[in-house]
Amino acid sequence: MVRVIVDGIPVDVPPGSSALQACEAAGKEIPRFCYHERLSVAGNCRMCLVEVARAPKPVASCGFPVADGMEIFTDTQVVRRARRAVMEFLLINHPLDCPICDQGGECDLQDQAYGYGSGVSRYREDKRAVTDKDLGPLVKTVMTRCIQCTRCVRFSTEVAGTPELGLVSRGENAEITTYVEKALTSELSGNLIDVCPVGALTAKPSAFHARSWEYKKTDSIDVMDALGTNIQVQARGGEVMRIVPRVNDEVNEEWLSDKGRFSVDGLKKQRLDRPWVRVNGKLIAVPWKDALVALARRLDGVSGDRIGAIAGDLCDAESLCALKDLMTALGSVNLDCRQDGAWYDTTRRAGYLFNSDLTGIDQADALLIVGSTPRHEAPVLNARIRKRFVDAGRGGFPVGIIGAPRCDLTYDATVLGEGPETLTALLKGENPFADVLKNARRPMIILGHAALTRRDAPAVYAACRKLAEATGVVTEDWNGFNILHTAAARVGALDLGFLPGAHGRSASSMVRGGVDVLWLLGADDVPVERIPADTFVVYQGHHGDAAAARADIILPGAAYTEKPGTYVNTAGRVQRAFRAVFAPGEAREDWRIIRAFSEVVAHTLPYDTLEQLRERLAAVNPVFGMTGANVAQIPGSALAAEASEAVTFDETPFRPVIRDYYQTNVISRASQTMAECSAVYGAAAAE
Amino acid sequence: MNPVWTPPQQPESFAFDADSEAEIKVVLGKYPAERKASAVMPLLYIAQRQMGRQTGSAWVPLPAMDEIARRLEMAPIRVYEVASFYTMYNTRPVGRYHLQVCTTTPCWLRGSDDVVSACKKATGISQFGQTSEDGLFTLTEVECLGACANAPILQVDDDFYEDMDGPSTEKLIAALRAGVRPPPGPMVDREVSAPQGGRKTLLATDSAAGPQ
Repeated sequence: MVRVIVDGIPVDVPPGSSALQACEAAGKEIPRFCYHERLSVAGNCRMCLVEVARAPKPVASCGFPVADGMEIFTDTQVVRRARRAVMEFLLINHPLDCPICDQGGECDLQDQAYGYGSGVSRYREDKRAVTDKDLGPLVKTVMTRCIQCTRCVRFSTEVAGTPELGLVSRGENAEITTYVEKALTSELSGNLIDVCPVGALTAKPSAFHARSWEYKKTDSIDVMDALGTNIQVQARGGEVMRIVPRVNDEVNEEWLSDKGRFSVDGLKKQRLDRPWVRVNGKLIAVPWKDALVALARRLDGVSGDRIGAIAGDLCDAESLCALKDLMTALGSVNLDCRQDGAWYDTTRRAGYLFNSDLTGIDQADALLIVGSTPRHEAPVLNARIRKRFVDAGRGGFPVGIIGAPRCDLTYDATVLGEGPETLTALLKGENPFADVLKNARRPMIILGHAALTRRDAPAVYAACRKLAEATGVVTEDWNGFNILHTAAARVGALDLGFLPGAHGRSASSMVRGGVDVLWLLGADDVPVERIPADTFVVYQGHHGDAAAARADIILPGAAYTEKPGTYVNTAGRVQRAFRAVFAPGEAREDWRIIRAFSEVVAHTLPYDTLEQLRERLAAVNPVFGMTGANVAQIPGSALAAEASEAVTFDETPFRPVIRDYYQTNVISRASQTMAECSAVYGAAAAE
Repeated sequence: MNPVWTPPQQPESFAFDADSEAEIKVVLGKYPAERKASAVMPLLYIAQRQMGRQTGSAWVPLPAMDEIARRLEMAPIRVYEVASFYTMYNTRPVGRYHLQVCTTTPCWLRGSDDVVSACKKATGISQFGQTSEDGLFTLTEVECLGACANAPILQVDDDFYEDMDGPSTEKLIAALRAGVRPPPGPMVDREVSAPQGGRKTLLATDSAAGPQ
């Protein structure tokens, strides 16, 4: 550690820290525009000037390395005057349009101008104007406001891995642009809005909708992918206006995928806001009581083994637990949370988790991706892989992939093969990448759903497992054997054992007529067209998608922003979301619907409050009692092992599970913004 | 105020010709293979000269920048940034003769205004940055060319014409129009930056007997 003295306060910082970091460690606030802790240092805004003892002039603290015994002064007359001068220069060409600027109220320049701005301008010449750029359907530009901090350039180059933005020309003509007028092709482009310290890059979908101080802010968890990105839902007047990421270094750092951020308008479209019952082939809106009674009547006399439930991808653990308890009470073991027909090793918790945790990526030194396109399945995780790839330097982090991705992964990945036979080659040591894994200290395997949703998934899994054990992916102190989920609800459902019990039917069997009454809890991606006409379908969910159209009874539930819920991410981290707004119309929180129905069928579930339900959750699986912690290491309760006959490899190549990143679930399919993105990027995504 | 920027008409494609390929080989040989992005500036210049040879307008079109990015395995935007930063790369078409007048203080004091107005008069150009109607000349205002001893300077493509004034500028442009490139250098009676009319000092050293 290096000891430096900041304004008389001695602090110890790691060697190689910058003066700015030392000042922050001493609790001093340093104004900055271009410096961002997750990006490289540019040092071009000059706002972070401080005085260093024996230095002839103020230094930019963001790029000034500390030395032992260095004395830094952050609040001297010289510093204040220097910062005021910098601010005056920045404001020369910055328009005074704060009243009509979307960044107003959350603008770094506005805030810092309070501290360092002068009340009047001495500038009498013409201000410069810069043409706005078209960066696609998500990011709105007002380039005259740009102060050329180049955070966006560094973000797109370093974090997103799509170097499309640049600072072109020089001097007064310098401007941020793609130069060739094209839409940004990143799934993380929304983060440009967050990193921009001024109002040059703002959100196009929510432009001019509300002021930042008008929002009611609620902490929540993103359900668009299985990463469990920590988000803040910002609502005004009972309407979710926008979603921004929260910082959580162990999950999403401070990034959020575009689908998680911009699907919000989908929460207002095609909503199910009242119960419906199909009478003579036609759906009729009915009061709650009638819907529940109608359903109870239909269930009357149906034996438990003819009832089944399939859970979708966006469900909270509470509703899953309630539904499972209800099904058990009704005598049914026909439960499935895998509407995509995926296969997991459910004998132990480590069999279906991203075991190394997301932070494990930062330590891995070789990676084999099997049947996954992380860029589409979890963009933020992909950024983490890229960060590791960049940090490791040339050749420091070899990545191999089986199953060619349809997009550039943003890091160099060697395509080792197209299908599972490549695993055989790796096991036999015929493929040189086997040695790469073997020689690595912390090798990692990411197994994705392109492999797990195939018929030969058990064999692929077994081969990967064997390879993992042979190459040191799983050792005493390192478990780099990772499953990358695509559904936010999946791990929670697996933890609850939302799976077929003894002789229970799987999702595909239930869909193909295995049951007489089928309860779909937000399961929209099952092949509804295959459900026989005589199967009675109960759809409980929040969007009128394909499954609701097929349903005989619709029970309107709440979307993820409208209910307090527990979600378990792909790494097994249990996280809580809070309710930001109320569900529309007569729609109710899902577990309450199930609880209410249980009373109608005289199997009253033993919980009346959310707290009691959460106690029940923890009783079913103790991991639910440990929210927020990395619970990957806690041995899960042994779940029912699925009888898996010996399956041999299919010859067909792995096919990516996500065809269009922007349209993967009911919310994103209902979103106008996502539809626009799909139109703009769809062709590229489908390549 | 910035002039309204209109995108130039870009050619469909660009491919380096044999002469350029030979130059590229030499340039790339100077850098380690994994650091070949360092060759971006020489390659841009090679592309610009090739365009001058082939089309009579020495500029770097977008397809050429993309081709350079592909060869050097760098993001195209990084090439655009370099090309747009340096004024010596023309990112839009120029005339056959690129007239670059220095108007920085020494040249200005020595009469660069006359050179500018002579250029405008002789070519019919009204503003800096424009190309004459016959497509022969583009007039650009440049900053110090580093030859202040011979101010004012008019740089035509790669050549310095020094000690210019109004009439000599008009004469030069007339010659260029006729397809003749006069020898570059001072337009007055002197050798490089030596005094006008021959040597003025150290005349005595010519005699064999130095101070003994």
